[in-house]
Amino acid sequence: MSWGVRDLDVRFGEHRALQGVTLETPNGRVTGVVGGDGAGKTTLLRCLVGALTPDAGQVRRPDSRRIGYLASSSGTYPDLSVEENLAFAAMAYGVPAAEARTRADEYLERAGLAAARDRLAGNLSGGMRQKLGVIRAMLHRPELLVLDEPTTGIDPVSRADLWWLIASAAAEGAAVVLATAYLDEAERASWLLVLNDGRTLAEGTPEQIAAGVPGTIRVSSRRPLDEAARRSWRRGATWRIWSPETARAESGTVRPDLHDAVTVAALADELDGGVERGDAA
Amino acid sequence: MTPLAQSVGVTRRFGHLVAVDGVNLQVNRGEVVGLLGANGAGKTTLIRMLLGLLPASDGHVRLFGLHPSRTTRRRIGYVPQGLGLYDDLTPDENLAFAQAAFGGQRGTLPPTLRPLAAVPVGRLPLGVQRRVAFAQALAHGPDLLVLDEPTSGVDPLARARLWETIRDAADAGAGALVTTHHMEEAEECDRLVIMADGRVVAEGTVAEIVGRARVVVVETEEWGRAFEAIEAAGLSAALVGRTLRVIDASVQDVERALGSLSAEISDAAATLEERFLELTVAAGSTEAA
Repeated sequence: MSWGVRDLDVRFGEHRALQGVTLETPNGRVTGVVGGDGAGKTTLLRCLVGALTPDAGQVRRPDSRRIGYLASSSGTYPDLSVEENLAFAAMAYGVPAAEARTRADEYLERAGLAAARDRLAGNLSGGMRQKLGVIRAMLHRPELLVLDEPTTGIDPVSRADLWWLIASAAAEGAAVVLATAYLDEAERASWLLVLNDGRTLAEGTPEQIAAGVPGTIRVSSRRPLDEAARRSWRRGATWRIWSPETARAESGTVRPDLHDAVTVAALADELDGGVERGDAA
Repeated sequence: MTPLAQSVGVTRRFGHLVAVDGVNLQVNRGEVVGLLGANGAGKTTLIRMLLGLLPASDGHVRLFGLHPSRTTRRRIGYVPQGLGLYDDLTPDENLAFAQAAFGGQRGTLPPTLRPLAAVPVGRLPLGVQRRVAFAQALAHGPDLLVLDEPTSGVDPLARARLWETIRDAADAGAGALVTTHHMEEAEECDRLVIMADGRVVAEGTVAEIVGRARVVVVETEEWGRAFEAIEAAGLSAALVGRTLRVIDASVQDVERALGSLSAEISDAAATLEERFLELTVAAGSTEAA
């Protein structure tokens, strides 16, 4: 099966939150939705799970009982213990008690939460609470698992546990969709949708997106001046300068990675629009 | 040259808990140093001692060669994760307020942000808010910047521009200490210090820290089954695209775990994040329960 959205439009008053966005999310695949603050990631995910009705476009999703959703504001009950949170979710989704217990035990153990099962969710650290939220969302073996920035602000050890849970859900056959603002993390998904200002900036496997950069990227140890400054950005101790024209491979040019590709796409969009992104708010 | 910030054998105990254990750390002029560690590794305690907000139990801390004090505090620019801006005030009002409260120069907005100077901060995109917070922290020409996940939540282009600001300050002679959970930010730093369990477990450039660390890479059509087989063998597989990466294991271990399952097994250089996990696991560090 495959779930997804087609030609999605969402308006909030004058603001166009999504414009003509399409995404396929087949079962067993981890799909990443990438973009900064205000790019439209949350709006897209909310449409996908049915929490928001788009102004135009189609959504194909399983029955709501076959969806698992973790909103960016953690989806756990602070006044319930870890175990009670999971028992409640199991009940709500009609998971038989014995099966729910077995699954909960396995996930809590593997994600390093076994010792915290009697603690109130409200007293957990951010990383632990987020792990509980993901376990809660996947306990009923959803067909479609949608996670809104599950790893933002989470330390690397908890992040590794979260990714283990994500991979487990995909290995069980769920279509997993997750939003992130970080490209190194996005690179772990097998398919990416890059959003910018509510529009699709790029789509494909991370390799396809990196290979699809138009023009040439040069590396310079000096700050570019004048017109070139507008086509450049700093990366570590050096600058990268993008030219829309394709040149023969010459010394000083780099083979773009995903990071370069997404930066160029945003830069091209900005030069096209004539305003700096984010300044039009 | 006197380091901007320096801790020598600094230790902090809370009762029986040793939060920071004999840490040496130095930030020099012109340098961006990244401080990494899982929750509970001791980063926050170390920074609070460096800022003079918490006394050390042992060892000593110097800021600009002096004991931390109100005077040294004035030479620091601090951007907390919450940014420390007033949402109801405009960028201009925030900068004016900071000047009135803390003295020094009035912060200036980058030219591209001038059109937004009269919009309340709470209504601005996060990337713009972060740049306003930077302008505020840089207003008094600080010698040392202390930044907590300075580019969290913004898109790659906005992130590159924020890093340009940090780099410009370092090029002009300031130093920066950046704490982050994200390797993408860590890789922008000149030098990294990794803490686990209160101690420094690695330091140097990304290349120096990763060193010769390798991971086992598994490529197979049936990644789901391979994932379960590796887990069943007590190893830990991470999913990247459709390949699996296994830290802390040999090619032979993984071959044994996969049995008859058809897969290509090789090894590859570890990433910074994988090396970080290896170091943290080796230090036996677990999140404080």
